[in-house]
Amino acid sequence: MGRIQLKSVTKSFGDVQVIPPLDLTIEDGEFTVFVGPSGCGKSTLLRLIAGLEDITSGSVDIDGSDATDVPPAKRGLAMVFQSYALYPHMTVRKNIAFPLRMAKLDQAEIDKRVEGAAGVLNLTDYLDRRPGQLSGGQRQRVAIGRAIVREPAAFLFDEPLSNLDAALRVGMRLEISELHERLATTMIYVTHDQVEAMTMADKIVVLQAGVIEQVGSPLELYRTPRNLFVAGFIGSPKMNFIEGPEAAKHGAQTIGIRPEHITVSETEGEWSGVVSVSEHLGSDTFFHVHETGLAETITVRADGEVGFRHGDRIHLTPRADVIHRFDAKGLRIE
Amino acid sequence: MATQHSRSVARLMMAPAVVLLLGWMLVPLTMTLYFSFKKYLPLRGGDLGWVGFDNYVRFVSSSSFWPAVQATLMIVGGVLMITVVLGILLAMLLDQPMWGQGVVRILVIAPFFVMPTVSALVWKNMFMDPVNGLLAHLWRFFGAEPISWLSEASMTSIIMIVSWQWLPFATLILLTAIQSLDSEQLEAAEMDGAPVLKRFYHIVLPHLSRAITIVILIQTIFLLSIFAEIFVTTGGAFGTRTLTYLIFQRVLESQNVGLGSAGGVYAIILANIVAIFLMRIVGKNLDA
Repeated sequence: MGRIQLKSVTKSFGDVQVIPPLDLTIEDGEFTVFVGPSGCGKSTLLRLIAGLEDITSGSVDIDGSDATDVPPAKRGLAMVFQSYALYPHMTVRKNIAFPLRMAKLDQAEIDKRVEGAAGVLNLTDYLDRRPGQLSGGQRQRVAIGRAIVREPAAFLFDEPLSNLDAALRVGMRLEISELHERLATTMIYVTHDQVEAMTMADKIVVLQAGVIEQVGSPLELYRTPRNLFVAGFIGSPKMNFIEGPEAAKHGAQTIGIRPEHITVSETEGEWSGVVSVSEHLGSDTFFHVHETGLAETITVRADGEVGFRHGDRIHLTPRADVIHRFDAKGLRIE
Repeated sequence: MATQHSRSVARLMMAPAVVLLLGWMLVPLTMTLYFSFKKYLPLRGGDLGWVGFDNYVRFVSSSSFWPAVQATLMIVGGVLMITVVLGILLAMLLDQPMWGQGVVRILVIAPFFVMPTVSALVWKNMFMDPVNGLLAHLWRFFGAEPISWLSEASMTSIIMIVSWQWLPFATLILLTAIQSLDSEQLEAAEMDGAPVLKRFYHIVLPHLSRAITIVILIQTIFLLSIFAEIFVTTGGAFGTRTLTYLIFQRVLESQNVGLGSAGGVYAIILANIVAIFLMRIVGKNLDA
C-alpha cells in the first residue's frame, strides 16, 4: 500500500520559495517519474516526501493518514540515493541488514530477508565484500537491496543512475523496471534524463522552477504537450519550434514539429534548407538543417541510412496532423 | 618513468638528507648507550670507567622507578581519553553551521600555539592558585573550600593542563574527518530507522576511526616525553614524576649521567612497548 498525496505543499529556504503551492496524487503501485532540468526542485520534492526536509506549509498524506510531522524512519518509505550512500565500513550483508537491525528484527528473519534480496539482485556472491570492492552497478544494487528488505510502502529514487556509464545505465534501467513489475510497489523516481522518464514511467511529472508543468503518461506528454516547456523537454532530439509567418499560417504564435514528423526529400517539399551536420546512426539519420528561413536550425530524423552530406540542399515536408500549435503565452492550442 | 639513471640520481640527491637524519638519530642513541655502561659523574670525578649493567640494575631497583612508569602511563592514558572524547564532541559541534564559524575555529586551535611552559605557568598562577586563582574564586563563590590543585590533586591538574594543550590538535584532525563524511550516508541511516545515537555509533564513529587512530598515535609519541608542564608546576613532586622527569633528575639534579642514560634506554623500551600495544589495538584501522 503506498498512495501518496501532496496537498498544497510549499517549501521555502529562508525568503526563497523553491516550491510554490503544489498538489499531486501518486496512486498505489504507480511508477512515477519527476523530471525536469537541474534546479527545478524535483529532488527537493522527493526529500519533502521522504521527510528529510520539513514542509513549510501544506500536508503529505501516506496511505490516507497525515504524515507531515512523522519522522522519516516512521513513514515506511525507502530511499536510494544518488551517491548510493552505502556504509563503507560494513560488508554488503551488513549494509542490507542495517534497516532490519534498526527495526530489531530477530536474526533468523534478518538472514532470510537479506538472502532473499541478494538472490533477487544477483548479489549472493558478494555478500561478504565491502562496498569499496564493488563496481558501480553492484553498489547500485546493494543500495536497492537495502531499500527492498524493509518492504516499504514506496521506494524513492534520487537520480540513481547518474553515476553509471551509459551501457550500465541502460541495463539498470531495465532492472529497476523489472523490479517494479515484480514488487508492484509505488516508486517515485527523480531524474533529469527524459529518456529514463519515457522508458520507465507509468506517470511523468514534469517540473520547472518548482511548478508542475504537466502530469501524464509518457505518450500523453509526447502527443499532447500542454506548453512549450513540456514540448521541448520531452522527446529526443528536441522538438523544432518555428515562429513568425509560417506559424501564423497555422493560426498560432509558435508551432512545434518533432524531427521524426518531417520527411526528407532531395527534390521537393514544403520547406528547403542546407544540411550542416548529419549524424548517421545506421538505424536513423539525423540532419541539422540551416538556411530554412524558419528557425536557426531545424532537426530532422530520417529512417535508416540516408546519404545527404554537409552542404547538400534538401527539401522538408512536415506531417500536417502532428503539428503542435502554441499561443503567445506558450500554451497549447487544441 | 623511472629509468636506471634517474633512480641512481635520485638516490644521490636523497643521500645528504638520509645521512643527516641517520646521524641525528644515531649519534645521541650511541652516546646514550655508551654512557649507560659507564660510571660518569661530571662534578664528582668525571668518567670513572666501565661498570657493565650496574646503572640498569640501579635504575630499576630504585624505589621511584615503578611509580614513574605508572605516572607516565596515567598521564598518557588520561590525556588521550579526554582529548579523544572531548575532541569528537567539539568537532561535531564545530561542524554545525553557525555564525562566526571561522573565528571560532581559530580560537579553538589557539591553545596549540601557546608554548608548554607558558601555558603551564598560566594554569598554575591564574587558574589553579589556591588563593588568587580563577578556580579558587569559583569554588568560594559556591561556598566551597578552594582546592590547592597542584599539591592535592596534582595528577588531575597535570592531566588537565596537558589535555587543554592537546585538545585543539585532536579537534582539528577529527573535524576534518567529520567534514569528509557524506551527508547522504547519515540521511540514509535516518531513513533506515537509526536514531541519533545509533547514527553516531554506526556511521560517524566508524568513519572517524582512522582519524582517531592518528590522533592516538601522534599524541602518544609526544605525551610520553612531556616535561615542561611538570617542571614548571609540581617539579616532579606529589606523584607526578614521570619517567622523563626521573631521567632529568638523575642526570641534572644528581649529576649522574650514566644512571640517567640507562633510564633513557628504559624510556625507549617503554615507548616501544606502548607503540606495539597501540599498533595492535588501533593500527588495523590504518589499513585499507
